[in-house]
Amino acid sequence: MMPTSLEGVLRACRDRGDRAFVPYVTGGHPGVDAALLRGLERTGADAVEVGIPFSDPVMDGDVIQEAARIALEHGTRPVDVLETIADAELGVPVVVMTYANPVYRRGFDRFVADLASAGVAGLIVPDLPVDEAEGLTAVAETHGVANILLAAPGTAPERLARIGRESHGFVYCVATYGVTGSRDELAATAKQVVAALRPITDRPLLVGVGIGTPAQAAEVCGFADGVIVGSALMARVLDGDARGVLSLATAFRASTGT
Amino acid sequence: MPEVLIPALDELEGAWSSLRDDPSFRVELADLLRDFVGRPTPITHATRLSGELGYDVWLKREDLAHTGAHKINNALGQALLARHLGKERIIAETGAGQHGVATATACALLGLPCVVYMGEEDTHRQAPNVARMKLLGAEVVPVTAGSKTLKEAVNEALRDWAASVRNTHYIIGSVVGPHPFPQLVRDLQRVIGDEARPSYAELTGGDPDYVLACVGGGSNAIGMFTAFVGSPGVRLIGVEAGGTGSELGRHCSSLTRGEPGILHGALSYLLQDADGQIVQTRSISAGLDYPGVGPEHAYLKDSGLASYVSATDDQALAGFQALARTEGILPALEPAHVIGWLLDRPLPAGSTVLVCLSGRGDKDLDTVREALDP
Repeated sequence: MMPTSLEGVLRACRDRGDRAFVPYVTGGHPGVDAALLRGLERTGADAVEVGIPFSDPVMDGDVIQEAARIALEHGTRPVDVLETIADAELGVPVVVMTYANPVYRRGFDRFVADLASAGVAGLIVPDLPVDEAEGLTAVAETHGVANILLAAPGTAPERLARIGRESHGFVYCVATYGVTGSRDELAATAKQVVAALRPITDRPLLVGVGIGTPAQAAEVCGFADGVIVGSALMARVLDGDARGVLSLATAFRASTGT
Repeated sequence: MPEVLIPALDELEGAWSSLRDDPSFRVELADLLRDFVGRPTPITHATRLSGELGYDVWLKREDLAHTGAHKINNALGQALLARHLGKERIIAETGAGQHGVATATACALLGLPCVVYMGEEDTHRQAPNVARMKLLGAEVVPVTAGSKTLKEAVNEALRDWAASVRNTHYIIGSVVGPHPFPQLVRDLQRVIGDEARPSYAELTGGDPDYVLACVGGGSNAIGMFTAFVGSPGVRLIGVEAGGTGSELGRHCSSLTRGEPGILHGALSYLLQDADGQIVQTRSISAGLDYPGVGPEHAYLKDSGLASYVSATDDQALAGFQALARTEGILPALEPAHVIGWLLDRPLPAGSTVLVCLSGRGDKDLDTVREALDP
């Protein structure tokens, strides 16, 4: 199946005046199967992000670390996660998140080709910053996969401009200093990152890291083009509460105002 | 490296490139290295060991540096750098605890609060060093993820730094991690070789045939090698931890048995599986228990400027005992790998050998006693 253009979908969403909702789940964790991905799509998600677990997830807090550990303990390999994605046959774009070494180990070209044949539309490698991403971005483009770059609080203006230019699909705006995981309050830095990028890029700007409640997601949707929610959902998955994941995702969807 | 850390790494690179040649900074550091650390450290002729091996073995005595290992050279330099950067808090990771102790010591000296991440397994293996760090005023945070050793401690320190980067400096303990750390740590450790080469020449009239050091992350080895790299007639050999066997998971020999990969912001040799997952490592010495190695060692290996070998736990124990018995020196288990490797007489008879004795063995007494008399 041809991958849906991620950026096309997100721009269309913005053009309609809507905000995108992108749920994240860690692939290979028990309960994260094709049915769950389809369930997430049915909540009205505009795209679904699936993690390929890595042994040393330095950008992840306790919840996703634990999810990755369990997934790896169950013998999850990248190919298994891609199979689940392919099986789900989602109508919305799927984005894969993983770390640099699994991509490097497989080889940029083969890794991205694997993604494309599973129908994946985008890739996030949080430990491969813009200075190192050029090669992967180019290879991904030839396979129709958008390599999504991150912008963070403290990123210098000239770097932001480069990230805006070279990120494909959308710009992943890291809401706060730190790693993934719910916070009590939305960090003020979330709005600052979006405000700094808005005048210098036309790419969709989605905010993630630390968005723990539908109320926080609603706040983000006041200034960003969409929101990515991971740890809050994965906490339910870790509890073995698959139905709870979908009801929480539905609440997040509702909070983004679509 | 995550984007959130890039500004701090850029700031660090800029600050270090101006400070490293700044006369007042250099004087400040040199004074502390002399008056506080006790540098220069001596070179000792290992007379009785030499007699047994048929080599001429000399020891660069980093075990005599304050806090008992070479780690203080880096910790003190980076703590001074942190003060120049206006950082108010220090974090560090530690494996054997020597880097943690060195960092806690530097922070006590300069009045900086200090948090040390240490794998829970290592807090048990190296309990005396945990006590030392606490006495020095540091907070020691046990890390319970994964194999509960050095790699996980680095992960946790990086996560702390991602959140605290505005007011915190991360004193990484080896020539690993993202640029500019490998270069910064090398610059601060090269004092070892910069002292050793002229001292050795003064004592013997030339260069040694072989310069040896143990390699985990590789900071004492880079510190020792840098003064000799490219010198004709001097062969550089790094000794990695061979653990209990050659299968993946039983050793930490990244250079001799690993493959290229990306970990902690650097491309180097890694111990990993077919999917790029970093595997568990093991070694009798907590300080070598790391699945990667500094990228400069990867370069030295690939370019043939240095070669790398591996010594098992048993060889390290034999080296530990041999040096104690013949020279009256209890080495740390890390450099004991070098002595143990030499015990098999792998070099031509009559070779002159300069060994970086990177630390003292007091911290390892429990481990050694348990291993020798289980």
